[in-house]
Amino acid sequence: MGIEEKLPSGFLLTTVEQIAGYMRKSSLWPATFGLACCAIEMMTTGGPRYDLGRFGMEVFRGSPRQADLMIVAGRVSQKMAPVLRQIYDQMVEPKWVLSMGVCASSGGMFNNYAIVQGVDHLVPVDIYLPGCPPRPEMLINAILELHDQIQHAPLGVHRRRVAEAAERAALEAVPTSQMKGLLR
Amino acid sequence: MDVLADLRNRGLSGSGRGPGARAPHLGRRPSDHTLGWARSEGPQQVRSRQGMRTGSRRSSTLKGEGVNPYVPILVLGAIAAGFAVFSIAAGALAGPRRYNRAKLDAYECGIEPTPHAAGGGRFPVKYYLVAMLFIVFDIESVFLIPYAVAFDQLKLFGLIEMVLFIVTVFVAYAYVWRRGGLEWD
Repeated sequence: MGIEEKLPSGFLLTTVEQIAGYMRKSSLWPATFGLACCAIEMMTTGGPRYDLGRFGMEVFRGSPRQADLMIVAGRVSQKMAPVLRQIYDQMVEPKWVLSMGVCASSGGMFNNYAIVQGVDHLVPVDIYLPGCPPRPEMLINAILELHDQIQHAPLGVHRRRVAEAAERAALEAVPTSQMKGLLR
Repeated sequence: MDVLADLRNRGLSGSGRGPGARAPHLGRRPSDHTLGWARSEGPQQVRSRQGMRTGSRRSSTLKGEGVNPYVPILVLGAIAAGFAVFSIAAGALAGPRRYNRAKLDAYECGIEPTPHAAGGGRFPVKYYLVAMLFIVFDIESVFLIPYAVAFDQLKLFGLIEMVLFIVTVFVAYAYVWRRGGLEWD
């Protein structure tokens, strides 16, 4: 920031991380993975009242190869699980997953043998969105949170260092079973 | 001739060549119909034009005709093509590359793709037979079509010759027909 003030007006400075993050988050194309009731809310969010087009996300790609974001909207049954994983695998990096609704996040009200209890059993999830179903405003809030996450994501060597630091912190953290003072 | 003279008298020009007789001070010079930036410059150019009558032509602007008005469309097309090439190249250079067996599979809405034989499998031979028969009878029609155009000039001799040709090919046709070569399955 100090250098920008000394340069003549008309110059902006940025970093590769910021520019790449900005370009990745603008026009993030979602892949259609609407399974159940949350899909209706997702469709509404793409509609004119709660517009996803203002983020460049009105194109829900049919093919995973052209999509960046997989919004898992709805309950994932045991039969659908390999399909979900195959679609996720066929997406091209960089990719993100938003699990929309309680059924995708944790199995929701279906605590039984037929529904996968949370899609994080299948794919790595970047942002969870509770709700049954979440309102379009809540979905937009989750998408904006994801945009923030993408904008500030580290790249390259920085990313590896941040990941190693997180692993070390997790290994040295106090396990929950030894934490006293909680309502256990 | 009379029609054109009539129109000219009425002040209309038949093919819309410009203001015409109604406004003779407008639109007379060829540079008025071309784009502003493609026009010749003015008095200095006129002087140099007069001085270099036999010189080599440097560019069409010096002659005063103006650059082709479709040049901007070509420039736009070149920019569009350049942008596409740049996008693909930048993606190939800057994109992360992580191998995943499923990425190379055919997309079949998430299920395992239907297994196909390696190298496309064996081709059924009936395609070859159809191609061969097509070649033979196509050559026949290559001879028949010019005959159909010029048959009256070839008179009786041409007719007899053509009939003999068709009969010869007909023998081959009858053989193929009876031997079952025209059956698809």
